[in-house]
Amino acid sequence: MALSRSSSQSSHRRLIFVISAVLCITVAAAFQSDELLVDDEEFGLEGGLHTKSPDLTFTRPTPPPPSTTASTTRKRFSDPDSDSKIQFQLHHAFGDSDFSPAGTFSARLKTWNHGGQTLTKLRFSRNAFTEEEKEKFALLLKGDDFYRIRLPSSILNPPGRDYVISSVKARCLPREGLDEHFVIHTDGINILAVNYGSPGACPYPRQMKLPGKWFFNSHTVLKNSEQAPRAPVFAEEILGVGGEVGEGEIVPPPERSFWAKYWMYLIPLGLIVMNAITQAMNMAEEGAGQPAGQAQQPAAVQRGSSSAVRRR
Amino acid sequence: MGVASMAIRGFLLLLLFLSAAHLSFSLYEDQVGLMDWHQQYIGKVKEAVFHTPKSGRRRVVVSTEENVIASLDLRHGGIIWRRVLGSNDVISGIDIALGKYVITLSSDGSILRAWNLPDGQMVWESFLEGSGSSKSLLSVPTSLKIDKENLILVFGKGSLHAISSIDGDVLWEKDFAVESVEVQQIVQPIGGDVAYVVGFVGSSHFDVYQINVRNGELLKHNSAPFSGGFSGEALLVSSEILLTLDSTRSKLVLVSFQDGEINYQQTPISDIFGDSLGTPVLLPSKLPGFFSVKLNGAVIFIRVTGEGKLEVLDKVNNVAAISGAISISDGQQAFGLVQHGDGKIHLTVKPTHDSSADLLKESIDMDNQRGVVHKVFVNNYIRTDRSNGFRALIVMEDDSLLLLQQGAVVWSREDGLASIIDVVTSELPVEKVGVSVAKVEQNLFDWLKGHILKLKGTLMLASAADVAAIQEMRLKSFEKSKLTRDHNGFRKLLIVLTRAGKLFALHTGYGQVVWSLLLPTLRKSETCKYPTGLNIYQWQVPHHHAMDENPSVLIVGRCGQSSEAPGVLSIVDAYTGKEINSMAAVHSIVQVIPLPFTDSTEQRLHLLIDANQRGHLYPRTSEAVDIFQREFTNIYWYSVEADNGIIKGHALKGNCNQEAVDSYCFESKDIWSIVFPSDSEKIIATVTRKLSEVVHTQAKVIADSEVMYKYISKNLLFVATVAPKGSGEIGTASPEESWLTVYLIDTVTGRILHRMTHHGSQGPVHAVFSENWVVYHYFNLRAHRYEMSVIEIYDQSRADNKDVLKLVLGKHNLTSPISSYSRPEVVTKSQSYYFTYSVKAIDVTLTAKGITSKQLLIGTINDQVLALDKRFLDPRRSLNPTQEEKEEGIIPLTDALPIIPQSYVTHNLKVEGLRGIVTVPAKLESTTLAFTYGVDLFFTQLAPSRTYDSLTDDFSYALLLITIVALIAAIFVTWVWSEKKELKEKWR
Repeated sequence: MALSRSSSQSSHRRLIFVISAVLCITVAAAFQSDELLVDDEEFGLEGGLHTKSPDLTFTRPTPPPPSTTASTTRKRFSDPDSDSKIQFQLHHAFGDSDFSPAGTFSARLKTWNHGGQTLTKLRFSRNAFTEEEKEKFALLLKGDDFYRIRLPSSILNPPGRDYVISSVKARCLPREGLDEHFVIHTDGINILAVNYGSPGACPYPRQMKLPGKWFFNSHTVLKNSEQAPRAPVFAEEILGVGGEVGEGEIVPPPERSFWAKYWMYLIPLGLIVMNAITQAMNMAEEGAGQPAGQAQQPAAVQRGSSSAVRRR
Repeated sequence: MGVASMAIRGFLLLLLFLSAAHLSFSLYEDQVGLMDWHQQYIGKVKEAVFHTPKSGRRRVVVSTEENVIASLDLRHGGIIWRRVLGSNDVISGIDIALGKYVITLSSDGSILRAWNLPDGQMVWESFLEGSGSSKSLLSVPTSLKIDKENLILVFGKGSLHAISSIDGDVLWEKDFAVESVEVQQIVQPIGGDVAYVVGFVGSSHFDVYQINVRNGELLKHNSAPFSGGFSGEALLVSSEILLTLDSTRSKLVLVSFQDGEINYQQTPISDIFGDSLGTPVLLPSKLPGFFSVKLNGAVIFIRVTGEGKLEVLDKVNNVAAISGAISISDGQQAFGLVQHGDGKIHLTVKPTHDSSADLLKESIDMDNQRGVVHKVFVNNYIRTDRSNGFRALIVMEDDSLLLLQQGAVVWSREDGLASIIDVVTSELPVEKVGVSVAKVEQNLFDWLKGHILKLKGTLMLASAADVAAIQEMRLKSFEKSKLTRDHNGFRKLLIVLTRAGKLFALHTGYGQVVWSLLLPTLRKSETCKYPTGLNIYQWQVPHHHAMDENPSVLIVGRCGQSSEAPGVLSIVDAYTGKEINSMAAVHSIVQVIPLPFTDSTEQRLHLLIDANQRGHLYPRTSEAVDIFQREFTNIYWYSVEADNGIIKGHALKGNCNQEAVDSYCFESKDIWSIVFPSDSEKIIATVTRKLSEVVHTQAKVIADSEVMYKYISKNLLFVATVAPKGSGEIGTASPEESWLTVYLIDTVTGRILHRMTHHGSQGPVHAVFSENWVVYHYFNLRAHRYEMSVIEIYDQSRADNKDVLKLVLGKHNLTSPISSYSRPEVVTKSQSYYFTYSVKAIDVTLTAKGITSKQLLIGTINDQVLALDKRFLDPRRSLNPTQEEKEEGIIPLTDALPIIPQSYVTHNLKVEGLRGIVTVPAKLESTTLAFTYGVDLFFTQLAPSRTYDSLTDDFSYALLLITIVALIAAIFVTWVWSEKKELKEKWR
């Protein structure tokens, strides 16, 4: 069960949001570059961690008659026979319509010594929308409906068992142009899932907005599974150092100060002592008052109460 | 003054000291049973063997469908001893040997065990080997001795074994697996040295093997073809005659195999019963010399005369169950039979030689919530007047067990509670104004007396009798079992659905049954042959109308095992246990989605997904449709096809386009899908957050005054997949070919937020998802140990909201609505730790506001529940935490999770056959209620951060009162004294 719900939102927040979104877009637009960034995998880092930037590919759509990626192809010095070039199609659908081709992904399939195969150097060429598609898309925007895409689940023998589908509310895509962001989760030659959406935020409620240019800004990220961190293994020596907590024993509480330990005895003791002193003084005073007051006279004079008595 | 004040101060300090000493946080011996209760059950009885010696304890030994062997006291039904076998160790036979051992055959006839009858200690255990698979048969002949050893004949795994009943030695074995014979019976005529193994080969041959029981030598083997073909059922009528039906079920076939010679004798059914339409069913009761056939709802008893003639003895209607034959005095035998009629059950015991006479005829009033009788076991005893008396043990439709004697129910056991499927909780009714509290509760004198007793106990002045009284008072506190809502929310109703289709409401006070209901929709009927209950949901939880409306629950079931089977729904009042509404055979039910919307009567909207991925809205009112239409585009759900390895996301499309217009039916469309490669991944576990969970704060302040924002989304799904090779038992795959991959998936967009592989690990995976973290348990093949891992997921998009200036200017995005369609910027942290035990269930404590720290409740393999602080599973634990981190509560990194014996929630008890743990928040923030179920039930209150918001249960108010009074008195006394003294001084 899933729900995407919204909280109420004041209009001025919305305004701020729009401003910030616009700012974001302009920033994003500012650093558009044609350069293809290189996968870290190409340097032979097997199962290397994928951070956001290294395998983010930025491609500008090719003009309407789609020619295969030509301009940005770079010659690599990798082993020629372990690499093979491969292509697979992206399909799209508007709302509940049928899927139709929308672009081509091309990549290199790298075969490792141990037999595993991985995809590298993913490139994407997007077919621009035809007039009919533009109309359909505008209709989607109007109805806040889904724009759906799909990829084959297996690259070598498409579509594999099934297509992997992803969809986004069409209103999330338009910015300056149409910004899209693919995250393709692969496992060897298989595509597990494709996550499709806008590269940034898509605030709710979604505003109806036609794109300025019918132009796709495509970002693609290829993701493999990460390696899980292992349980910490302690050598025996280390265990010796931190040994007392190693076996799940309760850590003995730190030694407390004398006062903290025995205050409950000290306070009554103090009280008793104080009482005893007062009493002793009272006794002394009583004793001094009657039989022989001379010796205590100066001290007795200073006591307010007794002096008052004397005065009376 | 000095002496007096000192004395008072001393006294007060003493009082204070004593009361302080009383405050403690761990569970003491005398606190057991104060907040927890434990109930023991055995499950639905399959077989029962009576053991009624002339003197001593009379008992009945039973085996149950929960794989329990138990010895019950016939006098009161209490458990004398009980042994719970594993879930894959199904018991197929039980008997008593030598008058002192209980013999059980389990695991498809491969394990034979002997248990000491008085105390249930295991005496011996034999593993029987065999190559085939077959019916498993246990036969314990009473007088078969070889070299002074009593023999047990066991047929299992395609071989016949003779086992000594003294020590379980296998004396000989004979393999039948190669003969391709489907063995039906082992016959051992009394006094002979031969045993017959009889069975069918294919459907047209009957084979008899004559075997010497002394050495297992095959003496004779005969096979005879039968033209008509066999139906497969077989019933032993006497030691030489077997009865079966032909393949068309129109002829009764008597097979006699005297001395191994096979003779067939066929009788068309129409000859016996005249022209009847129904197909006869042989009833599997062992009755000497005759048999029973069920035809058109009536049971017909047919005697087999010496020459193989069939003779109808009797025809009885409305028979619910027939017992096996028991021998009564002077060589006679008798059997029992139970009939239903006008709200009563009628028990009849008939002698086998004369079925027209009745030895006993009794009618017993029966609670109609127990359904019909499923099984009956009869036992005889000698009455005081030397005549034969009979007692009957009956198993009812709701799996309960009752002992009938002298026309009354002697005792009953609610053993349906051993097979709980699902649990929900319900609040109790609010205390009404009309009922005076004082009348229901104790009066003031009792209250004071109780507190004086407690005070005595505190001051250690109580005598032994007083101590006992105090303990009893604490345990039997009237407060606990009241049927009204309490201030702290400790009293609730646990509504449980059992496999038999019965609903019980248990009070959390002592676990007593408040009401029970055998659901009519989940009973076997013409339209619904195999009903199964699935789940319970909260249907209506009145808050605004709590005074005058009762909450209700929705029970979802289906007719049959497959997911296409039509579903049944019923709505039951949670206070009275009456069915308010029911719908039978609606549409198939694959998924039930409780929506977060309620209508004006506070009925929760539910979307039921059928096998064609259509959504059906309940309740079926136009108001519900209106509410639903408003949120139409915001409703998403997902489905997991574990066999295909596909997870799909769905959204609603519009009304169903069927012939009939149904405004409550909606079509769906797939909006995303994830296809796991079938050669490398197989889904074994999926876990989501609980819908009812409350998160107190999204922000988490970490050591260096940094703030991290938890990524809190109700739409996260945790999926664990393993390599297909590693999906078997632990040890079947090598570390290289087995791996475990875990995913965090957003179920609205299908976005994979996190994906991680544990190499060399395998399932089974048990996981729990709460707030922004998931904890899962699996096996690490490389380390040969179980591991637990944690993944915490944090939202980075809100991480830059730390600037105070921004916050002041309102430039933060904390109040902006979150949309799943925004690209999430998340970071995950994870860590793995070794954990000693294998796990049966895992859950997390839930509290009312989510402030209290969390504990994981782990149902361990030894059927106990361990409470493990979530702090131990913190991914930020490091080897040497800094001072700030220590202050934050980060524990130094260790490789294994500690198992502290004191942290067992179940203390010294076991919840046998543990299957699930359910936690429910109480109204008091510090406390959570935990209910654990399996064959046993266990309930307790937990306070993961201790009860910081309430006084302990045994806080002595009297002591406080006395202290205050004493203080006031002391003030007065000292004041008077000082006045006097001052006056005295002034007069001097």
